[in-house]
Amino acid sequence: MHHDCKKKKQYKVQKLFLMSEPSLYTVKAVLILDNDGERLYAKYYDDTYPTVKEQKAFEKNIFNKTHRTDSEIALLEGLTVVYKSNIDLFFYVIGSSHENELMLMAVLNCLFDSLSQMLRKNVEKRALLENMEGLFLAVDEIVDGGVILESDPQQVVHRVALRGDDVPLTEQTVTQVRTTSLLYPSLCCGV
Amino acid sequence: MIKKFDKKDEESGKTGVYVFQRLTCCLQARIFNETPINPRRCLHILTKIIYLLNQGEHFGTTEATEAFFAMTRLFQSNDQTLRRMCYLTIKEMANISEDVIIVTSSLTKDMTGKEDVYRGPAIRALCRITDTTMLQAIERYMKQAIVDKVPSVSSSALVSSLHMVKMSYDVVKRWVNEAQEAASSDNIMVQYHALGLLYHLRKNDRLAVTKMLNKFTKSGLKSPFAYCMLIRIASKLLDETEGGHDSPLFDFIEGCLRNKNEMVVYEAASAIVHMPNCTARELAPAVSVLQLFCSSPKAALRYAAVRTLNKVAMKHPSAVTACNLDLENLITDSNRSIATLAITTLLKTGSESSVDRLMKQISSFVSEISDEFKVVVVQAISALCQKYPRKHSVMMNFLSNMLRDDGGFEYKRAIVDCIISIIEENPESKETGLAHLCEFIEDCEHTVLATKILHLLGKEGPRTPQPSKYIRFIFNRVVLESEAVRAAAVSALAKFGAQNDDLLPSVLVLMQRCMMDSDDEVRDRATFYMNVLQQKQKALNAAYIFNGLSVSIPGLEKSLHQYTLEPTEKPFDMKSVPLVTTPITEQKTEIAPVATSKLPEKLAPSRQDIYQEQLASIPEFQSLGPLFKSSDPVQLTEAETEYVVRCIKHTFARHMVFQFDCTNTLNDQLLQKVVVQMEPSEAYEVEHYIPALSLPYSQPGSCYTLIRLPDDDPTAVSCTFSCTMKYLVRDCDPNTGEPDDDGYDDEYVLEDLEVTVADHIQKVLKPNFGAAWEEVGDEFEKEETFALASVRTLDEAVNNIISFLGMQPCERSEKVPENKNSHVLFLAGVFRGGHDVLVRARLALADGVTMQVTVRSSEETVVDVILASVG
Repeated sequence: MHHDCKKKKQYKVQKLFLMSEPSLYTVKAVLILDNDGERLYAKYYDDTYPTVKEQKAFEKNIFNKTHRTDSEIALLEGLTVVYKSNIDLFFYVIGSSHENELMLMAVLNCLFDSLSQMLRKNVEKRALLENMEGLFLAVDEIVDGGVILESDPQQVVHRVALRGDDVPLTEQTVTQVRTTSLLYPSLCCGV
Repeated sequence: MIKKFDKKDEESGKTGVYVFQRLTCCLQARIFNETPINPRRCLHILTKIIYLLNQGEHFGTTEATEAFFAMTRLFQSNDQTLRRMCYLTIKEMANISEDVIIVTSSLTKDMTGKEDVYRGPAIRALCRITDTTMLQAIERYMKQAIVDKVPSVSSSALVSSLHMVKMSYDVVKRWVNEAQEAASSDNIMVQYHALGLLYHLRKNDRLAVTKMLNKFTKSGLKSPFAYCMLIRIASKLLDETEGGHDSPLFDFIEGCLRNKNEMVVYEAASAIVHMPNCTARELAPAVSVLQLFCSSPKAALRYAAVRTLNKVAMKHPSAVTACNLDLENLITDSNRSIATLAITTLLKTGSESSVDRLMKQISSFVSEISDEFKVVVVQAISALCQKYPRKHSVMMNFLSNMLRDDGGFEYKRAIVDCIISIIEENPESKETGLAHLCEFIEDCEHTVLATKILHLLGKEGPRTPQPSKYIRFIFNRVVLESEAVRAAAVSALAKFGAQNDDLLPSVLVLMQRCMMDSDDEVRDRATFYMNVLQQKQKALNAAYIFNGLSVSIPGLEKSLHQYTLEPTEKPFDMKSVPLVTTPITEQKTEIAPVATSKLPEKLAPSRQDIYQEQLASIPEFQSLGPLFKSSDPVQLTEAETEYVVRCIKHTFARHMVFQFDCTNTLNDQLLQKVVVQMEPSEAYEVEHYIPALSLPYSQPGSCYTLIRLPDDDPTAVSCTFSCTMKYLVRDCDPNTGEPDDDGYDDEYVLEDLEVTVADHIQKVLKPNFGAAWEEVGDEFEKEETFALASVRTLDEAVNNIISFLGMQPCERSEKVPENKNSHVLFLAGVFRGGHDVLVRARLALADGVTMQVTVRSSEETVVDVILASVG
């Protein structure tokens, strides 16, 4: 019994250490919501919100608290949230409240600037939905499992390297778009 | 299908559309089998699959596996984007599809191939689906990839290795040399990832961490991220080694305050602020960079700065005073989080005169901020009330307004706690405070808060000039609320009836109605109180209504269970139940950075309950009865000696057990058969020694000594023991811990151990001391007057008496009001054997302090013991 008690104490101490353990795991989630608060993209990197239901509830809360103000940083549910909005999109990067806010900001800026380049400054919902694969690949290059993989938008755009036949729609000429849309209507319509 | 991202469609029958999409998606995955592969259409379908997964759509295993297998064929295409999307699909499906390992060879080929664009992502996808055995097969490639000259490849390999450490530490550990090489890369991200991996592999080896820090702090780094990481490692090491602030590590962190990059500067400032025991002088450089950040155009930087300054202000308000002007500029910041933090910081550092202005400013936008920050505001107010008690009326007003606003449970609880503490600190604010709380429970959805307030009303209400006005509020609860609240309301009502004779008839009428309640607990309480109140006896009221039971609940449960196991004619003896150890006044919630903990609050067994268990498991102690009291640990050795010994004194009805917690700090010795031999000065008799069988290096062990208390002389409560630790030493190899075969006896003299009157008294809190005083009665009352010549202040006298007698101060009488020449201290406790004992000490300050002590108890010897030991 005595031994058990000691063990418990050690466990507690360990937990405290874990909190302050220096680590590369910086980002808890990356979110993109539309101007109704609906999820366009969400990637959670740890178990803070394990179920889709909890995630959606968190997204709703975050959206309600941020969409009216454009103040770029907030503390919600004990987490630091940095955010940015553009036309009809809301970008969020979320980390622990102990995290260096500027690191989270670096991730947010990198994500936004990369997309901005890929979408030719046309960062809005319609363009993004037409280029979801570009978004998926870009986030994959910026954060890997919660670790910041790259913070330089040039590098990200370079690595995503959509080229040849797969130049994003915005980079194609109008004719090209029309031809493509005739061939593959599903790609262009319906937004 | 065509309108795959169509919002309107999603809204009109969301699930329907999703299911439809998922099924068609999987059907369409058949397009993957067409020859030749049509990259554009395939890409489109993969994007759709990932999009659906991302929306939280659930794929069945069969569905997912089918789609996954179809997808593998796409590796035949050389379309770059399509390939990259395949990697992503593999990662996304790794957990939901079966047999994902079939793509291992394709991925291995890509990770070692010529196309640099493929290599990084291929490594990340591969590591996502790899287990420990397979990892060994690709170990060679991983090592090469870590030192690859292409940064994206090296970074991917390093980060993937970091992810794999959790699962395959032993394999990844072998890559430490490669990681070391990568750490000197020119690329900033590679450097950062290498440092992170190296630290993670070495973090349990303090020497290696120290070496690594030395190397990098000297050579310098390019990456700001790596600098931040290095600062964190350095401050953790400083903290663990309790390194002084003259250490080179501290110099390194301080040096980072002059870094070019704001991220690094902030990390360093934050690290310094969070160090324990920083002096104001050491804080100054950190505070001044934070001050600069306060006027940054970047909101995140202002936020970070003011949040950190807020933390500094908690411990060193004076260090932040220099920033007051900058903080003033932030109180109108459009980011309300920044404004709130600025105001609460100013409330801590500013003068009393600025309080009204700041409170006015904050009330203008309090409804706009999130609950987390509202709690910060309430905590700041709470701290302020303690600092400037005269401001309590302003605060109370503000709090009552906040109480009326919308808000979650944490927020409301913070407000209620704050009001309660103001009431307790400032008697003159009691009535206003209670009135606000009464109004609050009229419309309160939180059971916990309602019951807490009802309890407070029951305690404080009857003693106000107009107790009758609270009855209405309380009885409304009985009519309107849930069971738990109704029960609490009944208990509160009973207290009004017990204290105020003129209210008793009406309380009895109300009680009668409560006896008709639909809930058992409410009815039981009403019936019980009804019967007690009808007796109209002060002693009964005191024992059953005001002061209640003071036993430990887990202890009571255990005793009752034991009682039912052994059928006996004897009635159950309440005195056999261990007493509850009174919590040292409720801990003030620290004004910490807001982090809502999600852990449910659990009823932890008290320290004494744990000791009780431990001792009961030792056969020799099983017949001693319930544990009466356990003392705080007493150190019997100086710090940093060969052996560290501390003693905990456990008191039983007729015995005492001394528990010696010993630690052997010599790594070349193994101690065996350790006992602490005790020589008593009085008629105490050592009955038994229980040795600690083995005491290896740095593993604490306990040995026990059982003492029988003198039966014939119950007044012999104090005794001094000289203690010697005796043991068998076996020298051993410091590296392996292997002991020699032979050993020799040795001994080690410890400091003397005192047993005092406090060891025989358990603290018991009597919420209503007056009632308890009447209940015990004056049958064995004795009074004596003492002159405490050496004591200079009333505070000192009060503290001395409390610690000497080890009794519980009641009615907040441990706090001496300022500028008073006399004071009355009320103490309550239970003497060993279960006799209540109450002490009233009237103190008067003249030259020294004169003290008139009145003791009451249900047992005469106890009164004598107390008076004898005070004198």
